[in-house]
Amino acid sequence: MNEIGTFDILGPNMIGPSSSHTAGALRIAFVAGRMVERAVSVKFVLYGSFARTYHGHGTDRALVGGILGYHPDDERIRDSFEHAKEAGLAFSFEENFTDKEIYPNTVDIYVTDKDGSVVSLRGKSIGGGNAVITRLNGVDVELTGNYCTLVVEHVDKKGTLAFVTTVLSAYDLNIGSLRLYRESKGKRAYAIIEVDTNVSNQVVSALKGVESVTNVLVVPAIQLD
Amino acid sequence: MNFINGAQLLEYCEKENKKISEAMFERETTFLEQDGEKTRARMKKAFSIMQAAVKKPLKEDIVSMGGMIGGESKKLHALREQGKNICGDVVSKAIAYAVGVLEVNASMGLIVAAPTAGSSGVIPGTLCALQEQYGFTDDEICQALFNAAAIGYLITRNATTAGAEGGCQAEVGSASAMAASAAVELFGGTPRQCMDAASFAMVNILGLVCDPIGGLVENPCQNRNAMGASNALISAELSLAGVKSITPIDETIGVMYAVGRSIPSELRETSLGGMAVAKSACENCMACANKRNKMKK
Repeated sequence: MNEIGTFDILGPNMIGPSSSHTAGALRIAFVAGRMVERAVSVKFVLYGSFARTYHGHGTDRALVGGILGYHPDDERIRDSFEHAKEAGLAFSFEENFTDKEIYPNTVDIYVTDKDGSVVSLRGKSIGGGNAVITRLNGVDVELTGNYCTLVVEHVDKKGTLAFVTTVLSAYDLNIGSLRLYRESKGKRAYAIIEVDTNVSNQVVSALKGVESVTNVLVVPAIQLD
Repeated sequence: MNFINGAQLLEYCEKENKKISEAMFERETTFLEQDGEKTRARMKKAFSIMQAAVKKPLKEDIVSMGGMIGGESKKLHALREQGKNICGDVVSKAIAYAVGVLEVNASMGLIVAAPTAGSSGVIPGTLCALQEQYGFTDDEICQALFNAAAIGYLITRNATTAGAEGGCQAEVGSASAMAASAAVELFGGTPRQCMDAASFAMVNILGLVCDPIGGLVENPCQNRNAMGASNALISAELSLAGVKSITPIDETIGVMYAVGRSIPSELRETSLGGMAVAKSACENCMACANKRNKMKK
């Protein structure tokens, strides 16, 4: 369990009205937005309480603000629709009321990059402005964004992880946590690696040089205040 | 230095002759290894956001996202300025500021969740009114906020501040307890008196349900923040006068938690009971109106 500090109680500093429906939603979209070079369009599918109350809670504006890279205390969130139009970002929302088993504050996000490639992820807002990414491009994962996180997409193959950790060690990066997920044996897999410091472009290039690594994404640590 | 309950905190304060705020700051810088100067700067920032949030609704016309609230703070200030208020300046200001912060929150403005967004008006309302009325400096209020944080930490650690888990008593009740304790420290009360004030505030709101109309943080949340602020002042005054709580704070927190868990889920932020299902409330809620329009289509 993480120890509770002063600013977990007096905080986060955030745009209202709801830490789970506004700040937490933004956090999920923030991660999604960082996984592409420049988002040109995005579709959000909302579930449960998100689907029922997203307008009155400004969940929609927070989600768009997250894609644009705003932090939870950014006063531009309220007018994020207008800012998105200026930035050439198209967006749409769908409500899903049929899937009832899903966690109440869940959103699926499909982001299209400028080159036409699409990243999809699912996130749930778990209260107090915190969120967890639970699915990435169809693979079940768990990612919080509390630390700088490397998402190493690769082909499920012996020795890949050894190469990856060697690169990290060569660049003096300390691993806080590491999880592996795969679609199935020998198919697409992800290593989700949380590190203590930020990751440079050289590290990303070096990792991309590893055989069987197909893509590398960096999700910077999200500072709420 | 660390503490995990009120008994340990009180023992430390009494043995070392420290205020609750000092103990909380010490925990932050030693146990949690946070930089002291940065910690003070963060608190200053949080308080400046609170100050801006209490003033914003007086300068601007605010309409909430759900359309159920907006303009209440202005009305309360106008009443006081005309000399027609009942409560006296401190309480009148505290409730006007508290409802104002909820206006800012519900219109997607910047607030500090203290401890939650739904209860974000109580602490700024109480402390900004006290500052204005009694001339406390920003530094003094920031110090008092560490006291409030200590009480909030005890509640979060040993119970909950989530409406979905404990009802409104866990949100506005906790905020009110935090504000009461901070107010007692500002007026020179002992750590034990701070904790007694927190107990009074919490017990006064014991059992309060969370039943937001349309699921939105607007009504009845806004008025309950006003109640939470005035309740903090009442509780602080009781304790400063020497009235003693029958339960130590740890017991009070335990009682609140037990009561919270026995509140039916319909009355814990699900909007399936209480005010959320009152006929007139539903008719006036934009969320429900939108749903009705969609069904017609």
